[in-house]
Amino acid sequence: MNPGMSALLSVSDAHVAYGKVEAVRSVSLEVGDNEIVTIIGANGAGKTTLLNAIMGILPLRGRVAFAGDDIAKLEIEDRVAAGLSLVPEHRELFATMNVEDNLQLGAFRIAKATAAKSFARVYTLFPRLKERRKQLAGTLSGGEQQMLAMGRALMGAPRLLMLDEPSLGLAPIVVADIFRTIGELRASGVSVLLIEQNAQAALQIADRAYVMELGEFILDGPAKDIATNQRVAASYLGFQHEATSVI
Amino acid sequence: MPQRLPIIVFALIMAAIPFIPAVPPFWIVLLDNIGLAALVAMGLVLLTGVGGLTSFGQAAFCGFGAYTTAVLTTAYGVSPWLTLPLSLLVSGIAAVLLGLITVRLSGHYLPLGTLAWGLGLFYLFSKLEFLGRNDGISAIPPLSIGSLRMIDPGTIYFAIWIAVLICAVLTLNLLDSRTGRAIRALRRGHIAAEAFGVQTPRAKLLVFIYAAVLAGLSGWLYAHFQRAANPTPFGAHAGIEYLFIAVVGGAGYVWGGVLGAGIVVILKEILQSYLPYLFHGEGQLETIVFGILLVLLLQLAPTGVWPWLMARLPFKPKRKRPDTSLTLPARVRDADAAGVLLQIDRARKQFGGVIAVNDVSFDVRAGEIVALIGPNGAGKSTTFNLITGVLTSSGGTISVLGRKIDNAPPQQVAKLGIARTFQHVKLVPDMTVLENVAIGAHLRGHAGALSSMFRLDRADEARLLAEAARQIERVGLADQIDQLAGSLSLGQQRIVEIARALCVDPMLLLLDEPAAGLRHMEKQKLAALLRQLRDGGMSVLLVEHDMGFVMDLADRIVVLDFGTKIAEGKPEAIKTNPEVIKAYLGAVA
Amino acid sequence: MNTTIMLFLVQDGITNGAIYALLGLALVLVFAVTRVILIPQGEFVTYGALTYASLSSGQVPGTARLAVAMGIVAFCLDLFAGRRSLHPRLVGRAFAINIILPVVIFALTSWLAGRHPPIAVNIALSLSIVAAIGVFLYRIVFQPLAHTSVLVLLIASVGCHLALQGFGLVFFGAEGQRGPTIADVAFTLGPLRFTGQSITVYAITIAFIVGLWLFFGLTLYGKALRATAINRLGARLVGIRTTLSGQIAFLLASVIGAISGILIVPITTLYYDTGFLIGLKGFIAAIIGGLVSYPLTAVAALVVGTVEAFSSFYASNFKEVIVFTLIIPVLLLRSLAAPAVEEEKD
Repeated sequence: MNPGMSALLSVSDAHVAYGKVEAVRSVSLEVGDNEIVTIIGANGAGKTTLLNAIMGILPLRGRVAFAGDDIAKLEIEDRVAAGLSLVPEHRELFATMNVEDNLQLGAFRIAKATAAKSFARVYTLFPRLKERRKQLAGTLSGGEQQMLAMGRALMGAPRLLMLDEPSLGLAPIVVADIFRTIGELRASGVSVLLIEQNAQAALQIADRAYVMELGEFILDGPAKDIATNQRVAASYLGFQHEATSVI
Repeated sequence: MPQRLPIIVFALIMAAIPFIPAVPPFWIVLLDNIGLAALVAMGLVLLTGVGGLTSFGQAAFCGFGAYTTAVLTTAYGVSPWLTLPLSLLVSGIAAVLLGLITVRLSGHYLPLGTLAWGLGLFYLFSKLEFLGRNDGISAIPPLSIGSLRMIDPGTIYFAIWIAVLICAVLTLNLLDSRTGRAIRALRRGHIAAEAFGVQTPRAKLLVFIYAAVLAGLSGWLYAHFQRAANPTPFGAHAGIEYLFIAVVGGAGYVWGGVLGAGIVVILKEILQSYLPYLFHGEGQLETIVFGILLVLLLQLAPTGVWPWLMARLPFKPKRKRPDTSLTLPARVRDADAAGVLLQIDRARKQFGGVIAVNDVSFDVRAGEIVALIGPNGAGKSTTFNLITGVLTSSGGTISVLGRKIDNAPPQQVAKLGIARTFQHVKLVPDMTVLENVAIGAHLRGHAGALSSMFRLDRADEARLLAEAARQIERVGLADQIDQLAGSLSLGQQRIVEIARALCVDPMLLLLDEPAAGLRHMEKQKLAALLRQLRDGGMSVLLVEHDMGFVMDLADRIVVLDFGTKIAEGKPEAIKTNPEVIKAYLGAVA
Repeated sequence: MNTTIMLFLVQDGITNGAIYALLGLALVLVFAVTRVILIPQGEFVTYGALTYASLSSGQVPGTARLAVAMGIVAFCLDLFAGRRSLHPRLVGRAFAINIILPVVIFALTSWLAGRHPPIAVNIALSLSIVAAIGVFLYRIVFQPLAHTSVLVLLIASVGCHLALQGFGLVFFGAEGQRGPTIADVAFTLGPLRFTGQSITVYAITIAFIVGLWLFFGLTLYGKALRATAINRLGARLVGIRTTLSGQIAFLLASVIGAISGILIVPITTLYYDTGFLIGLKGFIAAIIGGLVSYPLTAVAALVVGTVEAFSSFYASNFKEVIVFTLIIPVLLLRSLAAPAVEEEKD
């Protein structure tokens, strides 16, 4: 993010603990307006924990500000109303309701007129959802479920969309489609905070990236620089001893 | 471990109370009622607080005990003492019949089921001709020893409280034993207990019968105390009240049951005598207060009064260290144990349309550390669950030393010498490290419930605890041996799980993310331990995300992605395998 | 057995079954949305019936006072929960719902009592009193326990049952009461006599089922309620407050309970503790429906009603024994069909 820009989301010195064990230690991050930021890192690094804590699903110690307001004490529902939205790892769709109802509920907090616009926008982004609008969410394919989860989150017209591993369990061709859409989101004025294990794909569309290892950020910078940094591969596949010289 | 001294002091105080001149006779009646309720509550503590099976129907078992002696003594003139074993037997048989169908119920269906048959039995008691319908049976003879007839509340007091004390000691003995640990493990779910050979349905039925027999004893005493039996005290509301007593006292503690009985019986008495003055209303006002108190208690102090009291005691009971010189016989190793230990051949698991494990094959040889790695959702834990019998496979074979074990129950797998740890730690948080680890040695002990109640299990028990202590020392947690497992850090809890698995005396150790949550030094210690185990001939199969740890430790690595094996080989080869790098880092989209 | 008796028993069974169906639906709804197994559903029935009966005989029912008292407690809890950020608007809203509403209902009840208002007014008053109690019950007891296990909620639910039943005895006394019929007409069809009341029972049951179906299928709030039932976290992530869904569920359950009570109190004498048994029979239907399926629950309720009618004819002494034993094979089948699954993620 450029130094002059004021951050949309600003997290500083965040700690998240399960009981006595800290899964996230002293993490600070910022996401600016119209920015795509990604957090990459191996399994178990603490990425999902961090995202859930920003959304208010897990308790977080530290400061979380959104659009200038302190949101650390707000309930999940109030964070949604403030313009923060999360597409969680397990998508959490309403499996026995149809696509249209899922989307309609995505707009639960906003006015009816705005909801109509949201429908048009989501159906343009994901034409597939329009075809399937009467189908039950639970019967959709993995890729379609991911689209629906993203569509439902977008229905509430959020300012920041947080995506937790959108590529998880999807075939490569579907992943490409999802990532293309994430790129398009920026054009429509939505900032994105993306968590990915598929580091290559994430770094390709992101502006900036943070690399997380064992609950801490070990590296951050423009996505282009991170993509070529040897330490990323080391962090994933565990050959630190060969790679430490790079940074 | 039951502390002798406090129990003796308590017994002496209780024995002295009737002889204190200033004690009004009415207090003795109250104490009788407390003792009767305490017996039922003690059973509920074991059933609900310890075993995790909530029952609203305990009052019905009191009914079985009471009506058995009522019918036999009045209609057939049988001596009251002769009916005691029969009362207990009838309650026990009723528990077996109801238990066989009820304990299989899962989750909230179980308490609802007990509520339903509790009501059904209440109506049955009040409609059957030979039980005197709603009027019940009166003129039940009193208990008597020689010429001493226990007619007044002051004499039957001794019968009641001797029963309470004996049952408390037996229950404490039972909890502090091999069977007791199995029962205490039930509440944390059946998967962990079964992985160490506990027959969970049998353990559940056992506590169910035990609780029913205690209730039956209470009913038998009640019948001879009141010298009458009618359906009202055995109905649904009484059943609810017993549960209330257990929750108030502290559902996880035997003495909590006794304390709860004291609190509730006295409270009820006070409410019944003063509330009508306060509100000029007609009866049952105490149920309002009861209901409100129950809700408040759940909101403010869900664990009950007893643990709250214990935490404020100035002295803490000391625990005896097990004598580690005692040993258990080691597993007899097969002669061909040097070759392939575990063979997985085209194992397959389908959940609906999703193939979680897709024709995966690999071996683990004796004295070898194999790592199973792969991205999230690759099917690693599912593979573990197929090997350990938690899940039934949809195809392929899994064999240990040439013997097919696919779809064998977890207890069978444990018997063959396969021990595991869990990705989500499954220890009993309110048991000590020693007790948790001793569950691992469950199959290596033999003492049953009865022998442990009467302390005939001590030699067997000492050997089990010695083994557990040795394994705790081996993993380096000797200093934490008496701490509650729930008070350790998550990393240490994982190590406790390894010690528990080692107690099985396994040939193959399955570790699900053992290094997660460990600090760097702890990881190195763990790696050293695992190497040492391997050099001693044990095999290890582990799932782990910390690649540094895996690459340094494993002899061989199997990589899964989307449920399919994509690579297998030595760590160096895996690191440079393009398929593996793609699976982990992803392709450019 | 002759056909007339059989038809009569079937008719009787269906009338009772319709009531059980209503209650069963409410139980399923509350469980799905809040995970509370609503044992005090039976007290809603008693309160509805006896409030209506008291109003009809010109008395001010104690339930109206209870609603005011519970409102005050709920208001205090709201103030305490929001003590860090007390906006005047929030306080005003809480005051309107928790204090003004029950006080107005109480004032209206006191003013109208003895003036012999039309039956419809008495029904409306009874419903609003019980509805207020239902919503406050959720706020006071279950909202603070929302994060706990089904078991803790169940025990709390039993506590509520005890307290509400105790209040029932205080308010209505130990004697049974009957209320005036809603429709007095009657006609005969072949061997069967249909009373206006039983027709009303069928009509209202069907109307409620259709109404609920429309509510859940077409309205945003109905869908939000279903969404909470299907996926709690998902619902929160789109901004649906769990407490809002809980309140709506308890509102519906208390209204349905009260309606059921008002429908049966002209047919049978109700005592302060009768509701518990009626509620439990709704339960058996709900459990047969697995606490999730509405149609299955409705069908099961008719079966329970019919079994009850036949067993009261053939073995009237053992009627309750038979009905409550009915649940055991069902529980067993359910539990075998869906054994406890422990979470074990990859």
